[in-house]
Amino acid sequence: MAGRSTEGALVCAKNYGVSNEPGETTTDPVISLRSASVARGGRTIWSDGTFDIPRGQIVAVIGPNGSGKTTMLQVLLGLIPPSAGTVTVFGQTPERGNPRIGYVPQHYSEAVGQAVRCKDLVSLSVTGTRWGMRRSASDADEVEAALQAVGAADYADSRMSVLSGGQQQRVAIAQALVGSPELLLLDEPLANLDLRNQREIVDLLAELQRSRAITILVVVHDMNPLLAHLGGSVYLLDGHAHYGSVGEVVDSDLLSHLYGTQIKVVRTAQGDLYTRSN
Amino acid sequence: MLHAFMIKPGLLLANAGYQSNWVEVLSQPFMRNAFIAGSLVAIASGMLGYFVVVREGEFAAHALGHIGFPGATGAVLLGLSPTLGLAVFCVGGALVIGALGKRASERATATGTVLAFATGLGILFASLATESSTTVTNVLFGNLLAVSTGQIKVFALFTIALALVLAAIARPLMFASVNPDVAEAKGVAVKALGIVFLVLMGLVVTMAVQVVGTLLLFALVVTPPATALKLTARPIRVVLLGTAIGLAAVILGLVTATILNLPPSFFIVSYSFLTWLIVLGATREQHRSDH
Repeated sequence: MAGRSTEGALVCAKNYGVSNEPGETTTDPVISLRSASVARGGRTIWSDGTFDIPRGQIVAVIGPNGSGKTTMLQVLLGLIPPSAGTVTVFGQTPERGNPRIGYVPQHYSEAVGQAVRCKDLVSLSVTGTRWGMRRSASDADEVEAALQAVGAADYADSRMSVLSGGQQQRVAIAQALVGSPELLLLDEPLANLDLRNQREIVDLLAELQRSRAITILVVVHDMNPLLAHLGGSVYLLDGHAHYGSVGEVVDSDLLSHLYGTQIKVVRTAQGDLYTRSN
Repeated sequence: MLHAFMIKPGLLLANAGYQSNWVEVLSQPFMRNAFIAGSLVAIASGMLGYFVVVREGEFAAHALGHIGFPGATGAVLLGLSPTLGLAVFCVGGALVIGALGKRASERATATGTVLAFATGLGILFASLATESSTTVTNVLFGNLLAVSTGQIKVFALFTIALALVLAAIARPLMFASVNPDVAEAKGVAVKALGIVFLVLMGLVVTMAVQVVGTLLLFALVVTPPATALKLTARPIRVVLLGTAIGLAAVILGLVTATILNLPPSFFIVSYSFLTWLIVLGATREQHRSDH
């Protein structure tokens, strides 16, 4: 099952891959690191990152606490420059405000204004970067479309405070989808969700990835909910950043080393893949 | 009046009570000034207050009033205008709070500590300055009846400027307020907007202190928009409703104070409090019936 979904996603990416920059092709990597390091307050978080992430798949970002997963997203967003080496996204140095990237930060629902209506929150992605009070009819359409795409249209007029964790996460994803980005970066979108909601969000991400042929990077603590849809993984190990395809990453030795505890990769008779710590 | 009350309780009985010539008193020029100044403060607070509430900057607003207190008493000590001292300390305090940290929760302790120190400093300055007890009472509790025509001009100009600035920055400010991480990634100048906002807040607080005083300004700057936010989530409606509640509190408060010959600050704060209490009760009931 895992293999099937991944293959499907790759095929779709090839068929529908979008490209805005002249000379850019769908086979170019979406993210490229060359000997990249990142430091914060003089301390190196991770170093020696050299890898290419191909377009059109779901990629997990994994690593122990404090290994720099969030920092990885911040580098890709242009919020922190690499301290050494180069990082490119869509072939260019990351810069804040890139409309081709959508972002859902960690602790989204705790940080967000709870009194605000969902549609006002999503519309900030459209109008919040403009001065003045201008508003066009297409703004509302874009907000509506984003809320529809995540199945949150029913509670567009509700305040964030009355929604469940899963519903709030859908709104967060809707906000990130505004402007039809080709790369989505999500920081711990499954944290604080029960199993059913985790599965619903993962299904939504898989659906968005397929229908839009986009690349989705997801910071997760536990790779299991994503395994069926995973194309590869960025893993932060011993202070270094790596990338491997799903076949390389879902490996008992690597995962055991990564989490510092014995982890077993299990494949069921039905072909489902999951990892288990002993 | 309040001052007299503190010294000689007997005077209260002589001063308070039904004032039969209240219609005549209401038509006096100082009353007209009071109505205009109070209304301008209600309008400015309604516009800015929405952002104060969605940013969860209520404590900062409360603290700024207190930080302004030594500014006013210190200015009197130096023979300067208390309003000028108030404005300098409020805006300066706003910048300090802004530098303390990104999130309100991170800076709550620091803000509270500075607040307590500032209040202590205010008492010191007040005791050093002779003839300052009127200033102290005015700064702590406000004196709407003493607002001059010159002050009204400043209030009016500032309220217009505030409306223009807020109209220009409303959307990015809103983005930076409710969704700072995403706004930053989208290229919004979150930190700069936060500083601009705090400076505007320092100026609104300076105005509000002259109406209701540092101790009571919460009732005019925070309570009306917070009450409005319970009734509607639409940003424009929150601003309009919050302004309407503030205006009603100021106007009714002044009229009641004149009829009963008691301090306007008390009634303004009371009307604001009552509205909040009624809305709180009504929306609680509504929430219960939802389930």
